[in-house]
Amino acid sequence: MVKDYVKKPKVMAKDVNLYYGDFHALKGITLSMEENTVVALIGPSGCGKSTFLRCFNRMNDLIPSTRITGYVMVDGKDINDRSMNVDELRKNIGMVFQKPNPFPKSIFENVAYGLRVNGVKEAKFIEERVERSLKQSALWEEVKDKLKKSAFELSGGQQQRLCIARALAIEPSVLLMDEPASALDPISTAKIEELIYELKNQYTIIIVTHNMQQAGRVSDKTAFFYMGELIECDDTKTMFTNPKHTRTQNYITGRFG
Amino acid sequence: MKTSFQRFIEKFVEGLLFLSGTITSFAVILIVLFLFKEGWGLFNETPVEKGSVIALNKSNPVQELTAQQIKNIFDRKITNWKEVGGNKDSIIVFSVNDISNYYSDAELGDSLQFVPQRISELMGKKTGIIAFFPTEYISKNFQGRILAMKKVTLTGFIKDKEWFPTAQPAAQLGILPLILGTLWVSLVAILIALPFGLATAVYIAEIADARVGKILKPVIELLAGIPSVVYGFFGLIVIVPLVQKTFNLPVGETGLSGSLVLAIMALPTIITISEDAIRNTPRAMKEASLALGATHWQTIYKVIVPYSISGISAATILGIGRAMGETMAVLMVTGNAAIIPHSILVPMRTIPATIAAELGESAHGGLHYKALFALGCVLFVMTLVINLTVDLISARRKYSK
Ligand SMILES: Nc1ncnc2c1ncn2[C@@H]1O[C@H](COP(=O)(O)OP(=O)(O)OP(=O)(O)O)[C@@H](O)[C@H]1O
Ligand SMILES: [Mg+2]
Repeated sequence: MVKDYVKKPKVMAKDVNLYYGDFHALKGITLSMEENTVVALIGPSGCGKSTFLRCFNRMNDLIPSTRITGYVMVDGKDINDRSMNVDELRKNIGMVFQKPNPFPKSIFENVAYGLRVNGVKEAKFIEERVERSLKQSALWEEVKDKLKKSAFELSGGQQQRLCIARALAIEPSVLLMDEPASALDPISTAKIEELIYELKNQYTIIIVTHNMQQAGRVSDKTAFFYMGELIECDDTKTMFTNPKHTRTQNYITGRFG
Repeated sequence: MKTSFQRFIEKFVEGLLFLSGTITSFAVILIVLFLFKEGWGLFNETPVEKGSVIALNKSNPVQELTAQQIKNIFDRKITNWKEVGGNKDSIIVFSVNDISNYYSDAELGDSLQFVPQRISELMGKKTGIIAFFPTEYISKNFQGRILAMKKVTLTGFIKDKEWFPTAQPAAQLGILPLILGTLWVSLVAILIALPFGLATAVYIAEIADARVGKILKPVIELLAGIPSVVYGFFGLIVIVPLVQKTFNLPVGETGLSGSLVLAIMALPTIITISEDAIRNTPRAMKEASLALGATHWQTIYKVIVPYSISGISAATILGIGRAMGETMAVLMVTGNAAIIPHSILVPMRTIPATIAAELGESAHGGLHYKALFALGCVLFVMTLVINLTVDLISARRKYSK
């Protein structure tokens, strides 16, 4: 059958509208992505990239007076449905925020947090998972001797990599990254990009970025947002060499935004 | 460019701030110094009020008696000199009013002019006598020996178990029951208030609908403005009978009643300050926790409360401070018995209640007056110690997290 040839989308947004009170922040967004791909969200500041990203783990629920219409599907399930358990959903969808936000706990406890709140008790397992996650986020070498130290003693870039490790520790299947490298130096940025490239084998990744080169390097697909609308979404190569809309072209070539 | 006038104004304001800061700090230090100076005077006093003496027969080998021993002798609880380190001889207690038991009116003179002489005679005659009388009755060649009194000591003040500051002939200045009463009442109050206060703060800041919070918060802040007499009155007619009935006690005026009233009074402080601290937790911190699949409840106790712990300890300090120093309401409901409390369900007396109740009737500069000031110093030190401890604990917790 024809259906078998089309891969089922891992994550999908269908006609999503989001309002902050009266403000219409997302206007009829439809976008789907397959498993184990990386989608980059680009667009000028304030166009709704973060807002869109936060739809996938229902982080916008926390902001009073937001309203959402349309469907957001993960693994074929409507995540805004009443029957959805939000905590379970979020275990499956990791998130790295725009600004590093470690907990006021030790480095070790930051990474172990997700495991602990999910009821993992076995110390050995937690230790191994913490080490592996820190290695994945290219932070292990720098912190292995001071795991008991407060996370606040790390530099901004280290804190961000710690937050990535924290998200990886619970092995989600989708990873949402909101400008994860905006606070990092070029070397750490390169490490993160490499990491994203590796993670693609296991994760479906949505990444917001202001860095066109970065989008070009790490993503399979790129989506261009403008004033709450999805202008176009295509294979990254196509987007960068042959965009359909002049707005997209202008943005990518740096003529505005 | 700044004109010289602007520069002058800046300097002037700066000077003004400096001056007011200095004056205020100076005033605070002076007040503390005054408190300690007045209080310290107590330890230069003897427990027998000025103007009176205690005298013995010259042959009596007893050189010193404590205030406690004197009280027991005059209460006839000690009846033989052997018990206080003297010879085997039964004690004859004598005070001025007893003089008519020994001498006829004629012998005392029409205008009692012979009293000093008669006392002196008596002192010489009876070997077991102990007499308490005004200094003015000491005759020229006095036959007895005036007992040298030990000064009040700090350890005795803190360790002794009886508080009868106006007792005759020797004041009993033991504040242990008052210290224990204060500690019991305040600590139990904070044990009651902290969980409720924290829970309410978490509820308002995290759980309640924004509209509910907007109504609740001003109401709670209003509670802080009610005068403490009103709380005392409320305690007297509601809490005291309640405690009495619940625990089936002979009297409802107990430490627990005081603790309950204090807990209610400390709640607004604890709630408002903790709530502010909780609200100050960055949203990013909460989001990070929720994004990892933590439930709202897990986020509250694993991230929000630890993050705001220093604010919560500040609230606790202020709560305890208020509880320890609170006077009126406690005075009204605790029963004010100066006895060593062995449970929270007996009448107790706190330091501030004692000072408030007794300062008015103590003579300025007298023994009782100085004892009350010393009591104030003890309260000051107690609050200081508790504040420092809580500071230390919260500093250490902050470091370890
Ligand atoms: N909590 C909020 N309440 C009201 N309006 C909001 C809120 N958060 C975002 N907005 C508005 O929604 C729009 C989209 O914001 P969003 O944060 O998604 O932009 P963005 O594309 O991520 O921008 P940037 O690149 O600067 O991070 C903006 O106009 C912003 O003002
Ligand atoms: Mg953003």
